Amino acid sequence: MDLVALLAIQVLYAIASLALISVGLAIIFGMMRVINLAHGEFLMLGAYAAIVATSHGINIWISMLVIAPIVVGVIGIIVERAIIRFLYGRMIDTMLATWGLSLFLVGLTTAIFGNTTVGISAPLGSFEIGTYRVSTYTLFVIAVAIAVLAAIFAVLRWTRLGLIARGTMQNANMAAALGVDPPKVYAVTFGIGAALTGLAGAVLAPVSGVFPTIGVAYVAKSFITVIGGGAAILSGTVTASALFGTVNQIATFVTTPVFGEVALLATAIILIRLLPQGITGRFFRRGL
Amino acid sequence: MKLNRRTFLQSTAATAATGMFGSTAWAEDPIGVAGIHDLSGGLDIYGKPMVDALTLAVEEANAAGGLLGRQIKLINYDPQSNMQLYTQFSQQAALKDKVAVVHGGITSASREVIRPVLDKFKTLYFYNTQYEGGVCDRGQFDTGVTPAQTVEKLVPHAMKKWGKKVYVVAADYNYGQITSQWVKKYVTENGGEVPSIDFFPLDVTNFGPTISKIQAAKPDFVWSALVGGAHISFYRQWAAAGMRKSIPMASTTFAVGNEHIVLSPEECDGMLICYNYFQDLKNPVNEAFVTSFHKRFGADYPNITELAMGTYQGFRLWAEAVKKAGSIDRMKVIEALETGISIDAPSGKVTIDPPTHHCVLDVHIAEVSNKKLKVLEDFAQQKPADTAAVCNLIKNPDDNQQYVIKI
Repeated sequence: MDLVALLAIQVLYAIASLALISVGLAIIFGMMRVINLAHGEFLMLGAYAAIVATSHGINIWISMLVIAPIVVGVIGIIVERAIIRFLYGRMIDTMLATWGLSLFLVGLTTAIFGNTTVGISAPLGSFEIGTYRVSTYTLFVIAVAIAVLAAIFAVLRWTRLGLIARGTMQNANMAAALGVDPPKVYAVTFGIGAALTGLAGAVLAPVSGVFPTIGVAYVAKSFITVIGGGAAILSGTVTASALFGTVNQIATFVTTPVFGEVALLATAIILIRLLPQGITGRFFRRGL
Repeated sequence: MKLNRRTFLQSTAATAATGMFGSTAWAEDPIGVAGIHDLSGGLDIYGKPMVDALTLAVEEANAAGGLLGRQIKLINYDPQSNMQLYTQFSQQAALKDKVAVVHGGITSASREVIRPVLDKFKTLYFYNTQYEGGVCDRGQFDTGVTPAQTVEKLVPHAMKKWGKKVYVVAADYNYGQITSQWVKKYVTENGGEVPSIDFFPLDVTNFGPTISKIQAAKPDFVWSALVGGAHISFYRQWAAAGMRKSIPMASTTFAVGNEHIVLSPEECDGMLICYNYFQDLKNPVNEAFVTSFHKRFGADYPNITELAMGTYQGFRLWAEAVKKAGSIDRMKVIEALETGISIDAPSGKVTIDPPTHHCVLDVHIAEVSNKKLKVLEDFAQQKPADTAAVCNLIKNPDDNQQYVIKI
């Protein structure tokens, strides 16, 4: 029984971390149709921002939850202004540009921080379920994921900013005719996507350790989740994360981590074969 | 520039020609020594100290007048934790640089990439990393420790201290696969049991389900043969789950990449390890070595690792053999090494074991304690008994394979 509870927490954690690493990409790719191959590096930058801030004596919670998203958000806006905005609608070109950006960021962080693994210890300690022990930080990651998703829902659904963003993504010309400035909306949206990615990187830094090429470990999973989820950003990310996280974690527990990864990828292939438009291409179509 | 087939052929032919003539060796030219170690990517935690140690060894040799009256030129390659680049760079070292010896390879996977290339192009190869044992190849020398020298000592030590049930977690390639079998063999021989061996690809960072599984299996201790930067998160997540105090850990890889400095004492104190070299070894050769190492690379150098020392000793053994042979010719140096050449190294006496091309050397069990490695027990002059059981290059000089333990 304790083991079931423990496993449930692990599954929730897998779903939460998938949702966290994907949601920024879902905004950038899902809303703006920009294939951001530097997504993994945005995660990496968030992690480094948190670690650098913490090692300079700033409270770990502030560095993870405030400084990391702000830093990466600003970097995201700069990237959008300097590179991405010239390439809207040219998918292959954005892929190339962001891939180059990804290599550049890896090289730059290696030059600055060296190529060794750094990290911070996970705060909060652990708690017991029967005879088992679980890191309390696991629950914190789950809580952050829920908070982020709830915030995105609230902004998109109930604020003017969300309405304008959705409108601009659906039809930029019409939005412009109604007095919206699409370039500004694009820049802000890209920045928000980057900020959320930085937040995810920072929150996951204490559990995973950080080195300049860590983005590679995340970028494939993020893309699979976003594409598996389909057009609707929020319901797509949540459903795809839930599916892939559960499959991955249970397969890992029953067999080995290798088969856990295989099971995740196999599920993704079958899913895309059956639902080429992603989960939200057929279900929850009216979701956000 | 527009590139058609003709200009392309012309330019490549020109490049190839300069390459060919440019590297023609003159007698007074320096002796080329290549190092191939990962300085970036997930394995860089191991490669950096190795390159530093090799650099120091070459500089020391040059300061002492070089070898055979010639200076030594060190050519470093960074394969970026990418196996394809190992092939490319070992070919480049053998064919373009025409080096006398290649020191390099970190993971066993990379060694098995380099070995056939250098065998083919008749270039001497030194693999200086502690590894799973069993490589039997006359063109290669292995200066690192193998399971019969370390695991065999550490298993009984840890079992006496903690208990008989051992859960093994290992990296998923030949090193982890074979080493975990050795762990199982020694645990069983000492009357214990191994309920499970879990393997992880090198980029896995989420160990949550495994930690739950280990808790469900309730072992007396965990044995880690995890490798690389990503796997450090296992120790973090293990400590974050509060497991460090209830289930202790022993390892054949921990601290080799200075994990004990990256992690906080709360995350790894008390872990047991067993290697050939620790920076705090008390002997005059080592004290002099540490002083000159710190002088060269700064007194704040985090820690001189097992692999760094393996590389340093590997170069010294090769240099000793060159002096003895009076030549850098591959076969003459191999024959000189096969006389059982021996050096007084910082880790103690290191001797080439002629039938296996491995080393006889001292090993020590140590405990991680507040970012330091505290030596607990010493074992003098350990033979590579695992490889010796299957490999005899004096009797079968043409043998060329890696023997794998059968259980």
